[in-house]
Amino acid sequence: MTEATQNPTASRFQRFRKSRFAKFEFVAGVTLTCVLTLLVVFSGVLFPGGGSEVNLLARLSEPFQSWENPLGTDPLGRDILARIVHGGRISLTVGLLSALGSVVLGTVIGLYAGYYRGILDSFVMRFADVQLALPFILLAITVIAIVGPGIDRIIILMIVSQWVQYARLVRGSVLSLREREFVQAAVSYGLPNWKIIFSHILPNAMGPLIILLTLNVANNILLESSLTFLGLGADPQTPSWGGMLSEGRSYIQTAWWITVFPGIAIMLTVLGLNLLGDWLRDELDPLSKTR
Amino acid sequence: MPVFRFILQRALQAVLVTLAVTLFVALAVRLTGDPAVMMTAESSSVTEEDLIRIREALGLNQPFYAQYLDFLKGLITFDLGNSFFRGSIADLISIALPSTLILAVASMGISILISIPLGIHAALHKGGISDQIIRVLSLVGLSFPNFWLGIMFVLLLSITFPILPASGFETWSALILPALTIGIILTATNVRLVRTQMLETLSAQYVMVARAKGLSEWSVIYKHALRNAAIAIVTFLGLQFGNLIGGLVVVELVFNWPGMGTLSIEAIAQRDYPLLQATVTILAIMIVAVNLAVDLVYGLIDPRIRVA
Repeated sequence: MTEATQNPTASRFQRFRKSRFAKFEFVAGVTLTCVLTLLVVFSGVLFPGGGSEVNLLARLSEPFQSWENPLGTDPLGRDILARIVHGGRISLTVGLLSALGSVVLGTVIGLYAGYYRGILDSFVMRFADVQLALPFILLAITVIAIVGPGIDRIIILMIVSQWVQYARLVRGSVLSLREREFVQAAVSYGLPNWKIIFSHILPNAMGPLIILLTLNVANNILLESSLTFLGLGADPQTPSWGGMLSEGRSYIQTAWWITVFPGIAIMLTVLGLNLLGDWLRDELDPLSKTR
Repeated sequence: MPVFRFILQRALQAVLVTLAVTLFVALAVRLTGDPAVMMTAESSSVTEEDLIRIREALGLNQPFYAQYLDFLKGLITFDLGNSFFRGSIADLISIALPSTLILAVASMGISILISIPLGIHAALHKGGISDQIIRVLSLVGLSFPNFWLGIMFVLLLSITFPILPASGFETWSALILPALTIGIILTATNVRLVRTQMLETLSAQYVMVARAKGLSEWSVIYKHALRNAAIAIVTFLGLQFGNLIGGLVVVELVFNWPGMGTLSIEAIAQRDYPLLQATVTILAIMIVAVNLAVDLVYGLIDPRIRVA
């Protein structure tokens, strides 16, 4: 029994407020994501130096003092703002590529496993158990210690370990969709299996998949920053958010801005995606009791 | 005997997962190349006989399956052999594992203390201003890297206002900042969990009955709804253990906390593969064990789960 069902007037008011909240999530999420993506995409135009121009005369300048270095400079006199905008390339690349790779691999395997069951199906479920027991950071530590650090390896590792989330999700949808009348009807028409899978099952399994994709991009941006912070990710020469945080840590006593601003950049990017994911969850699952 | 079968099935599954994880880690470490060559990379006067002696001492002259069986046997007897540079692995882990567990328990405790009242409040005021503020805050909490929050705490509470130590292990006050860091990150997920579970139980029929009987609101919420929601909440907290361990690894490093995470990162830096193999394997086994325990307890309390 919720407040809404107890009082019909409150219900209308709450629905209005709820939709206002949804609107806020959508607008804030889209704005943050678009603004940050545009900044990163046009980083080469905005800051042609790539954020690696050394200026030892201006080393460790404080933020909000000059137009030249609005967010201050690092120990080599490099502009923090330029490095943040350029560093976003690595975060966004890792986030997008890893999630896209996992979604494609996971969907194909999940569709097959859910539709045909069999050995592949039990393999997916067992692999999911193993993946649950080995958090990504531990897996990455083990593998990167052996193959050496690098962004390409992190992306591959993410795909290898995360496809199974999508496969499980898709498999679950397929199992329930297979029993629905419209799929049974398609089977009785004698449609080929691939056509049933791609034109009847996949479109109906898309909703949760898109939500997971959004949250996955967000989460992988965080993971990449952690790994780079540990020295297992991006090359220290290229600007990256995790790398800037790890450099700034040695100067935390004297130059707080080196560590604060890249962290805020990560937070705004990930928050934008999380807001979108949350909004999508409400939009695509209107019957949820917990909205 | 469905209960017995349920326990057996879950235990067997856990054993299989453990074997898969240990085998994976052992294979990965084996692929690194010849440890004898790596150990002696620094010194110039190494002869082929030296290398052979080192391989014999480390048991590397045996086939892989024999080494793997040895490692499994070592795990059971907690005789994990020696690390490359730092002596007995069992000794190192018997210091690091308790420190990690202390931190894990402290951060989980902080998170429960914050998330249960906030989650109940949000559920009771669903759609209200405070619910929306809690919801946005929990999204913000999911949006920054855990180690960055740790550094921000150090900046605020150890440097700007020097109240708490930024690192170390000697005093209890050194535990506060790392535990707070992980606790807050966990809270972001847990608040939503408590809220969802409370909403679920608040709409159940036995809660309506309790209300119809004219019980006080306090009794309805805490005695009827929260108790029933607690089963699911505890389960999800247990399943979060993997995330907790993953987070600890990085945050320990920020605070120089002498736990399993710091030990693993040091092992990577020194290319000490036997040590790395042991730390990663033990952490993974702990996660499997916690998941199994949660599964069993939940299944025994709530018979509906056993079917799934």
